[in-house]
Amino acid sequence: MAVDSQRPTDEGSAKVLRIDNVVKRFGDNTVLDHVSFDVHRHETVALLGASGSGKSTLMKCVNLLEQVNDGQIWLGSTDITDPRVDQDKVRARIGVVFQHFNLFSHMSVINNVTLAARKVHKWPRDKAENKALGLLERIGMADKAREYPDRLSGGQQQRVAIVRALMMDPELLLLDEITSALDPLLVGEVLDMVEELKTQGATILMATHEMGFAHDAADRIVLLRRGKIAENGTPHDVMDNPSDPETYAFFHSRRRP
Amino acid sequence: MDVSEVEREREAYRKRERVKSVVTSVVSSLAFVALVVVTLRSSPGWPQVKESFFSPEYFAMAWPKVLDGLWLNVRVLGVAALGTAVLGTALALVRITTSAVMFPLRVVASLYTTIMRGIPMLVVLYLIGFGVPGLGLFGRMDKAVLGTVAVILSYSAYVAEVLRAGFMDVHPSQRASARSLGLTTFQTMRLVIVPQALRKIAPALMNDFISMQKDVGLISTLGAIDAVRAAQIVVAKTYNFTPYVVASVVFILMSVPFIILNDWYAARLRAREQTGGMV
Repeated sequence: MAVDSQRPTDEGSAKVLRIDNVVKRFGDNTVLDHVSFDVHRHETVALLGASGSGKSTLMKCVNLLEQVNDGQIWLGSTDITDPRVDQDKVRARIGVVFQHFNLFSHMSVINNVTLAARKVHKWPRDKAENKALGLLERIGMADKAREYPDRLSGGQQQRVAIVRALMMDPELLLLDEITSALDPLLVGEVLDMVEELKTQGATILMATHEMGFAHDAADRIVLLRRGKIAENGTPHDVMDNPSDPETYAFFHSRRRP
Repeated sequence: MDVSEVEREREAYRKRERVKSVVTSVVSSLAFVALVVVTLRSSPGWPQVKESFFSPEYFAMAWPKVLDGLWLNVRVLGVAALGTAVLGTALALVRITTSAVMFPLRVVASLYTTIMRGIPMLVVLYLIGFGVPGLGLFGRMDKAVLGTVAVILSYSAYVAEVLRAGFMDVHPSQRASARSLGLTTFQTMRLVIVPQALRKIAPALMNDFISMQKDVGLISTLGAIDAVRAAQIVVAKTYNFTPYVVASVVFILMSVPFIILNDWYAARLRAREQTGGMV
């Protein structure tokens, strides 16, 4: 909560995540080219862009699965690109949900959800299970606590993965194309859950292809194009009335009414 | 129960087909056995072969001695299985690491598995069984111990490759998920990667174990008195080969439970994989 003490009068705009001039190269290919933007507390930011625009790479850099080649990423008051920081501690402060294969197939739902609490934060099992059951209850899945992931639908699996990511009250929730591998019928239940998290005040950075959802749920849209930030503004400004013709083409050639 | 005419007719047809297939397989099995029996009995040398390989008297005589020898095989097998598990895992882990510090070890492990899988097991046994005592470093060594070491060295190479394939087969997202929960590299390995890999490769590992069960009989070549060697001694005294059949029977009896277990597990795994994985 260092951020709070630094900016006591300005809680609403406290920066949870600050991406500052980040550069990432794979060989000669510059995937992220001086990217900078912030995610404020209680804010939902949707990261959009065509395939290959650098969204996934950026998500991986924030989650420390990739190392940046230049620039800094701040989580609260921690520079997480500093090689001296304890990466495991940083990861434990961020909740992450990937596209698929999130849940550990050899563990029941409850063990999946409580794993980090028990093994990383050394909670006793009953304390961890109480909290996990409370969270599962809220998404109507407490009765599935002892089931294994392969007995759940894809939508249920992703909702459990989100619960697992929320278990340790992360400062930031990273959602990396969490509906891309789902049957269209199951996308809705997952997006409803994200919507609810947002109203509860979660801070979310999500990479997504769900344009309609991004438009309705995000407070801000960051559009990446060829590794650079093309747009950064409200859904209304970026998606509905973009001044840039390329941005206009991106949204309006893809959107299906 | 309310079943339609169509379904009743289909069920009756299926039942007829099932009976037909059972009858067919029984008849064909009987015909096969009869063919084998007739061929053996009509061959001119059968009476002599029968006397020297399937003599009840020699069978009874060799049985306790071979069984005594088998106890050594069982002990060697136990130690060799444990030793292979440890060395094989170590080799596999070294081979999948990517850190620069481990580079020389990685080369050694890779060379080791390549070479060891190429050498006939018997040669490994000779090298260890006669070569190591020849060095004169450790004084007199038990033949069974040397044989066990040779089995471990040889099998570790195979098991390491199976394990490595299993570790690499776990989807990268699983590792990423574990890491993003804040688990350390070691915890990720122990709690997520290894358990999932083991489930997938259990049939292959059990197969190696079953194969090891009979290969521990090769320590007889070093002179250790195991089941095979005990049979050999009786054969040398009596000029009758029935003791070898006795040795085969005890090895078969030892492996049957594991073969059944392996088939059962593999079938269960297959069923699980086919029903699961709906997204």
